[in-house]
Order: sequence, then C-alpha cells, then structure tokens
Amino acid sequence: MSATANPSVSIQDLTLNFGIVPVLQSLDLDIAEGEFIVLLGPSGCGKSTLLNCIAGLLDISDGRIFIKGKNVTWEEPKDRGIGMVFQSYALYPQMSVEKNLSFGLKVAGTPKAEIDKRIARAAEILQIEQLLQRKPAALSGGQRQRVAIGRALVRDVDVFLFDEPLSNLDAKLRSELRVEIKRLHQRLANTMIYVTHDQIEAMTLADRIAVMRGGVIQQLDEPQAIYNRPVNRFVAGFIGSPGMNFIEGGLEESGGDWRFGSGDLKVPLSTYVFDQQPVAGPAVFGMRPEHIGLNSGSGWPFSAKVTVDVVEPMGSDTLVWVRLGAQSLSVRVPSERAPKTGSQVEIGFDPMRASLFGEDGNRL
Amino acid sequence: MATPQTLEQFQQKCAAVLRPGLRKNKELERFRVSVKNGNALAADGPRGPKPRHAFSKRNIFIYGTLFVVAVYYLLPLYVMVVTSLKGMPEIRLGNIFSPPMEITFEPWVKAWATACTGLNCDGLSRGFWNSVRITVPSVILSIAIASVNGYALANWRFKGSELFFTILIVGAFIPYQVMLYPIVIILREIGLYGSLSGLVVVHSIFGMPILTLLFRNYFASLPEELFKAARVDGAGFWSIYLRIMVPMSVPIFVVAVILQITGIWNDFLFGVVYTRPDTYPMTVQLNNIVNSVQGVKEYNVNMAATLLTGLVPLIVYFISGKLFVRGIAAGAVKG
Ligand SMILES: Nc1ncnc2c1ncn2[C@@H]1O[C@H](COP(=O)(O)OP(=O)(O)OP(=O)(O)O)[C@@H](O)[C@H]1O
Ligand SMILES: [Mg+2]
Repeated sequence: MSATANPSVSIQDLTLNFGIVPVLQSLDLDIAEGEFIVLLGPSGCGKSTLLNCIAGLLDISDGRIFIKGKNVTWEEPKDRGIGMVFQSYALYPQMSVEKNLSFGLKVAGTPKAEIDKRIARAAEILQIEQLLQRKPAALSGGQRQRVAIGRALVRDVDVFLFDEPLSNLDAKLRSELRVEIKRLHQRLANTMIYVTHDQIEAMTLADRIAVMRGGVIQQLDEPQAIYNRPVNRFVAGFIGSPGMNFIEGGLEESGGDWRFGSGDLKVPLSTYVFDQQPVAGPAVFGMRPEHIGLNSGSGWPFSAKVTVDVVEPMGSDTLVWVRLGAQSLSVRVPSERAPKTGSQVEIGFDPMRASLFGEDGNRL
Repeated sequence: MATPQTLEQFQQKCAAVLRPGLRKNKELERFRVSVKNGNALAADGPRGPKPRHAFSKRNIFIYGTLFVVAVYYLLPLYVMVVTSLKGMPEIRLGNIFSPPMEITFEPWVKAWATACTGLNCDGLSRGFWNSVRITVPSVILSIAIASVNGYALANWRFKGSELFFTILIVGAFIPYQVMLYPIVIILREIGLYGSLSGLVVVHSIFGMPILTLLFRNYFASLPEELFKAARVDGAGFWSIYLRIMVPMSVPIFVVAVILQITGIWNDFLFGVVYTRPDTYPMTVQLNNIVNSVQGVKEYNVNMAATLLTGLVPLIVYFISGKLFVRGIAAGAVKG
C-alpha cells in the first residue's frame, strides 16, 4: 500500500521526553487515508505515548503532526478531528449511555436533532440501542467497549485512535469484538490507529503494522511482510507465537555457495534471498516452527534425523521440541501427526523461508 | 480414646469434637493428623463453615477492651445529660451519677434564651446564629476553592504546580498562633476586623491546605483516562470539573463538609480573636457563660449549654457517619 501520496496522518520528527527521559525519538510515520495502522510492541515501548501525542493529550518536545493536511501540532484534542477509545473504556460513570455518547456533541453545541440522529446511527452500527438508558456500571465489558467506540463514532471524526481497546476482555469476547472492529473499519473506511501488544489482533486487523521498541519504529510494513521478512532479530522474535527458532552460528562460503554453520550443523543457503551482500562472519539463523516439516518426505533442501524431546499439544496444532545437534528446535505440526516423546523423526525445511541476521541484529 | 477405627468410634469422636470447649485443640489436631494419615474415614473430615466460639479468649479480650473504651467516652456524656436535666437543689445533693429524680428542662431553656454572658442576657441563641452565619459561608467558600485547587493540581499539571503544592503543604504545618497577630493587622487594614466576614475569610484560608490535599488525592485517584476522554470530547477546565469530576466525587465532598462544619463550629481561638462580643460564635459564648464569675455556678445550665453547643457537629456525624468513613478511606488509598 502506498501510504505517502496524500497522508491522513503524518508525523514528522516527533520527539517526546518525560523530564529527561526520552520516550519517542525523531519518529516519522505517514498513514494513508482509510488505512488501518496497528502500533505493536512490548510494554513500555511508547505506543500509548505516541497515540496521546497524536490526540494532543501530551505536549510534545519536538516535531510536527499533520492530520488531513492540517498542522495540528498546537491544536487542542477536540480540534484535531480525532476520536479516542481507551483501554479502561473511560465511560463517565454518572451518565447514562446516551449521555455518554452525547456529551462531546453537547459541549460542541450541536443541535438536539442532529445529536439524536447521530446517536441513533451509532447505536444502530454498534447494536447498543437497547442499552441507551443504562449507566455504565450496568453494562458488561464488551458492551462498555462498544459504548466507548460509539463515543468516538458520534463525533464524526477523520481518525480513530484505539489504545488497547480489547485487552481488558476475555479471549472469546476479544475475538468477537476484533471482528466487529474490522467490520466497522470496512463500513466507515476511516483512518484508524490501533495500539495493541497482542500480535493476533495486529496481524488480523492491520493494513500495516508498525513494530515499536524503545520509542523507535523498527519495521513498518504489511502483516505478511513483517511475518515473513522481519528486518531485525527483535521483530522476528516478537512476531509469531510460538516464537521463531534461533540458532547462533556463522556464515561461511564454500566453493561459491553460502552456507550457515553452527558446530556440526551445516545449512546450505542456495535458496535464501539475501537483502545485502553476504560476508563471512557471525550470524543468527531464524526459522519459524510452522515452516519446518516433520516426516514429510523428501524434497527439502535441508533435512536431518532428530530425536523428539518434548511434545506440547496446543489444540489444533502440537509443538514438538527436537534436538538438532546442540540446538533445541520447535516444530509445529497438526495434532493428529504428532510423534511420541523419544521417537526418531526426520525434519526438513527450505532456507528460503528462513531469516538470517547479522551480528548487529539486522537482516542479511 | 485411641485413633478411631470403626464408624461408631468415629461418630463418638465427632460428637466430642463438635461439642465446643470440651476437647482441647491438641487432641483435635491429633485426630486430624490420624485421619490424614490414611484413616479410612478421611472423607468424613471437617467440612462446611469452621465453627466459631462466642466466648473464646480472643473475643472476651476484644469485647472487653471495646466496652472499657466505650464507657470511658460515654460516661462524661451521661453525666452531662443527667446533670442538665436536674434542678440545682438535686445537684447539691452531690451524687453526679444518679439519674434525675425530677426531670426539668428549665436549664436548657435558660441556657438557650436567658443565660447571661457579660453584657447581655439573651443566652446562647445569639451565639448560635452567629456560628451559623460563620460556618455556612466558610464551609461553602473553602470547599469550593479547595476542590478547584485540588482538581487543578491533580489533573492540569501547570508550570509551578509542584511548587505551589509544596507551599500549601508547608502552610498546613505552621502553627496558627504564629499567624494570629499578622492576620489581625491584615483584617484591620482591609476593614474586616471584628466582622463575621473577616472570620469567614480566616476560616476559608486556614482550611485550604488540608482540604486541597484531600481533594487533590481524591481526584488523582480517579482514572486519568476519564479526564483524557473528556478532553477529547472537547470539554474545558470548568466543564470537566463541573460535569465529570464533581458528580463522581460526592463522598469526598461529604467528608470535606463534615471536616469543615465540625472544625469551624468547634473553633474557639479564631472566634475569640477576630470577633467582637456581639459577633461572638457559640463556642466563645459558651465559655463566657461557663466561666462567668458572678453568682452561683449553675451546673445544670452549664451542662445544657455545652450540650447545645456540641449538638450541631454531633447531628452532622450521625447523619453522615457512614459516608464519612467511606470517603476518608477513598481519599487515603492513593496519593
Ligand atoms: N507520565 C510519565 N512520566 C514519566 N515517564 C512516563 C510517563 N508515562 C509514561 N512514561 C514512560 O514512557 C514509556 C512509554 O510508556 P507508554 O505508556 O507509552 O508505553 P506503552 O507502549 O503504551 O506500554 P503498554 O503496552 O504497557 O501500555 C514507559 O517507559 C514509561 O515508563
Ligand atoms: Mg499503553
């Protein structure tokens, strides 16, 4: 997706310090009209902080923020054309659902008829019509979250900001609401910026994912690209569950062909697509558990006989831990084909699907 | 009895154990262990609520202590009430603990309407109305200002807010006596010395540190995201305060009202320093009645006057005691 032609939200050189602690450092981000961007990263990496900066709830230290082509760096939150949904819902406890929805409009002096119309529309979209007269305390978590989304919806904003809106809900409700949010996005086609540290949410919802760490965006790309071609070891390890297997070793050249070596283990890299000109030296070889085949016959560029160490059933799939030389590898197989602990199996993979990282952690 | 082997033995054992106070804990414990160590009847071990003994050592100690403390506080009150209902001849008999033989409300009427305090003889009623005219505006004014202060300090971290807060807290620790005279001068200069409004101003200022602290802590304990949501919704300083914060803060307002009503109503020092005889609050008048040197000491009138003066805070406590405790706890948890 080409994002930069006419960005809906454009963040330039954004820096934010809390006192002397830098949280965001010269961050640039362009988000296209109607795009669904997910900010993903470990706790404390500055996702909420970035969102609050976009919303105008924090005073930034440096940089500029544009929304719809307008420089809003010094604008009040209400003038930025944004709606925000918080993790804790943040519904006004003493007001009914209807009052919660209408509060912003009343403050803005919207005519009564218009308010009623917008509430009716939001209630219809979110299916909360029968809840309008209730207080937030009398709602379930999922209903509260819908009302919180409704509050952003009625204000008819250009950009939706979500700060971990589903993380207070149980797993089942979370997956239901996830689908609803996706549907909402398809229906409204607004720009949405969504913070989460749940990678399933990120993968399923996002047009593009921005993986953050320590206030810096590590990789900004489509979910598949992030999954298949992580730019560095951090992203590779952060995305994917169960996590990627890493083998420490080195890159060697033998007779014009590159291969990866770690002790006795030698993996030919003829099918691997290098991002940069390879040089001999230390490297880390990464392979996702689901990209390793088990007893699946011939045809792999690399295969080996191994012993099964531990078997972890996960429902539909089973995670099989095997020992390959000195290394422990996890292999993901359909549960009905799971081997027994201690049995001998053959594993194989295609290095094309691997990720190689240099000494500095960047993709080779 | 040995470790039970048969069902009968076990039932006997159970009966013995369940009769409270009959068996010592040690034996019960031994029995439990034996059951645990593979006794066939293990499944019939204790179940359901653990029995509690009404007269355990612990309970006797707790209730005993509470009783003593309660008597300690209630006895003087009892003496005051019975004395205020006796006539002077009966009081002279000397037995202060005996209930009145003949109940009379004469002392109460006298204390309220005709007792003499120095110059005038219209009882406590004058002081009562003065106190009302002091307390009501002081309470409203101080709480209005302090709650806005606390809100601004908790939610709008403006430049210098930390410094401002520190100064306020230091202010709470300066002894009142140090400031008495400077305030006399200030009030004289602005022409409020001796008037009720002057005292209202003084009370409002002196209530400020502790009330601001109370409100700041309470507002800081409210979820910050609510405040952010209101800002995104476009609400400003005052509309967030009035429409979001205040409706959520009823308990802490109740606490503040109680603190202020009792504090200001019971105040003696400021009342005696900053007012004149015709604007004396009730406490000062009470003192003048009780300490007046002319004539015989009318203990019953003094007691009645004291009870009358203490009635207002007492009533406030009874009406809102529950809310008070809840609000104090809520304000204290997070800071
Ligand atoms: N008011 C503050 N003062 C000082 N430091 C802060 C403040 N708020 C956040 N930080 C720091 O900024 C960093 C980023 O915080 P932020 O809330 O953006 O993390 P996050 O990515 O949203 O994490 P999470 O997933 O846990 O919500 C953290 O290291 C945090 O300690
Ligand atoms: Mg966060």
